[in-house]
Amino acid sequence: MTEISSTSPVVRIRGLRKSFGTNLVLDGIDLDVRKGEVVVVIGPSGSGKTTLLRCINLLETYDEGSIQVDGVEVGFRDGAGAVRHRRSDRELSRIRADIGMVFQLFNLFPHLTARENVMLGLRKVRGLSAAEAKRTAEQWLVRVGLGDKLDSLPNQLSGGQQQRVGIARAVAMDPKVLLLDEITSALDPELVGEVLTVVQELAHDGMTMIVVTHEMTFARDASTRIVFMDGGRIQVEGSPRQVLSMINHERLKAFLARIELKQH
Amino acid sequence: MLYAIRSLPFLWQGLFVTLEVSALVVFFSLIAGVILGVGIVYGPWWLYWPIRIYSDFLRGIPLLVLIFFLYYALPFVSINLTNIAAVVLALAAFETAHIIEVVRGAIQSIPRGQNEAAKTIGLTFGKRLLYVIAPQAVRRFLPPWINAVVDTVKGSALVSLVGIVDLTLAIQQVIGRTYIPMPLYILGAVMYFVINYSLSSASRALEARFAYIRE
Repeated sequence: MTEISSTSPVVRIRGLRKSFGTNLVLDGIDLDVRKGEVVVVIGPSGSGKTTLLRCINLLETYDEGSIQVDGVEVGFRDGAGAVRHRRSDRELSRIRADIGMVFQLFNLFPHLTARENVMLGLRKVRGLSAAEAKRTAEQWLVRVGLGDKLDSLPNQLSGGQQQRVGIARAVAMDPKVLLLDEITSALDPELVGEVLTVVQELAHDGMTMIVVTHEMTFARDASTRIVFMDGGRIQVEGSPRQVLSMINHERLKAFLARIELKQH
Repeated sequence: MLYAIRSLPFLWQGLFVTLEVSALVVFFSLIAGVILGVGIVYGPWWLYWPIRIYSDFLRGIPLLVLIFFLYYALPFVSINLTNIAAVVLALAAFETAHIIEVVRGAIQSIPRGQNEAAKTIGLTFGKRLLYVIAPQAVRRFLPPWINAVVDTVKGSALVSLVGIVDLTLAIQQVIGRTYIPMPLYILGAVMYFVINYSLSSASRALEARFAYIRE
C-alpha cells in the first residue's frame, strides 16, 4: 500500500498564481504529489500555504496556472487557453467529493451526531443506503478511536475528539487526496498527540496527503517530503532530512528558529 | 348587554376573517421571504440589488399607505383588486420584506466553515442548504419569524379600513348598535391576545426543541 507509483501524480500544480485584491498570495507554485506521498507544507503565516491548500479543492478560486487532481483540472472546464470557463457548482461538487479536507476549527455539523456527520456525505453524495453508510461511518469512527462516541453531538466532544470525527468524515469518502489545514493548531497541547497518531496511521496505510502544519516532529517523522513556502513561493523542497538540515538557508533557518522558540 | 352576547356569532365571523387573512399572509410571505432571502444571500448582484431595494423600500413605508395604494390607487392604472386581495397582497408584500431580513440574518449567523465543510464532502448547493445550512438556520429564524407572524395578526386589523369585516370592524359595528364599548373592546383585545400568546408559547416550545447547541 505504501509504494509510491511513478505514474502521473495525484495532484499536479503548475504556475499557480492567486491574489486577494492587490495582494499576491501565490506567486507561481509548481508542485506534484504522487500516490501515497505525505507532503508537509511549512512556512510563516501569510506565506500562502493555507491558500494553496484551499485552492486545491476550490474553496478559493485561482487566477492563473493549473491544478489537476487525478488528471482533472479543478478550477476550470478547459485547459490553459486565454479565456477559461469556471466550473459549475455541480461539476465542482463532483470533484470535491474525491478531495478530503480537515479544518483547523473542525467545522463539524453541530446539529448532527458524530455518526451522522460521517454519514452525510456517504448518503447524499456517494448515494449509499442508510445501512451501508452507517456501517462505513461506524468503521471509521472506531478506527479513529471513537467507537463509544457514535451518538455524541460535537459539543459533547473534546477538541481532539471533534477533530478525529473531522478526519473520519473526510476519509470515509475514500478521497484520492486528503488536505489537512493546521488541524492541531486549535487544540490544547495534550490533545495534539491523539490526532497526529490517527494521521500517522493513515499515512502508514498509504493515504495521499498534503499537510499544512507547524508540528515539526510530525513533519520529520511522518512526511515523505517537506515543502517550505515563503512570500507565495516554494523556497525549498525535499526529503525531511534534506530540508531540516539546510541550516544555511536564511529564511528557512529563521522560520525554524521561530517555531522552535514557540514550542519550548 | 344581552344584545352584546347575541352578537357573539357575528364576532366569531370577524375573528374568522382575521385568522383567514393572517393565515394567507403568513403562508405567502413565508414562501416569498425564504426564496428572496436565500436569493439575497447567495444570489448574483443582479438578484441581490432588486431584492435589497424591495426590502428596504417596503420596510420604509407605513403599512396603511401600502394598503391604500393597492386598493385606491391601482384602479387608476386599471388594476382593480377586491378589497380582500388588495389587503392580503399589501400585508404579504410588507411581511415578505421583513422575512427576507430574518432569513438573511439566520443564514449569515452560521459560520462560514459550515458551508465550506459541506462543500468539501461534495454536497451540491441545494443539498448544502437542505442538510447543513437550513437545519441550523431554522433555530435562529424561528423567534423573529414568530414575531413577524404576531405582527401580521395585529396588522391585519388595518383591513377594517377598506371595509372588510374582520374582528376589529365587527367589534366596532356591534358597538355602533349597542353603545357598550368597554366590554366589547376588552373582549376583542382578549381574542387578539389569546391568538398571539399561543403563537409566542408555541415559538418558545419550538426553540427549546431546536436548541441542540448550548450557548
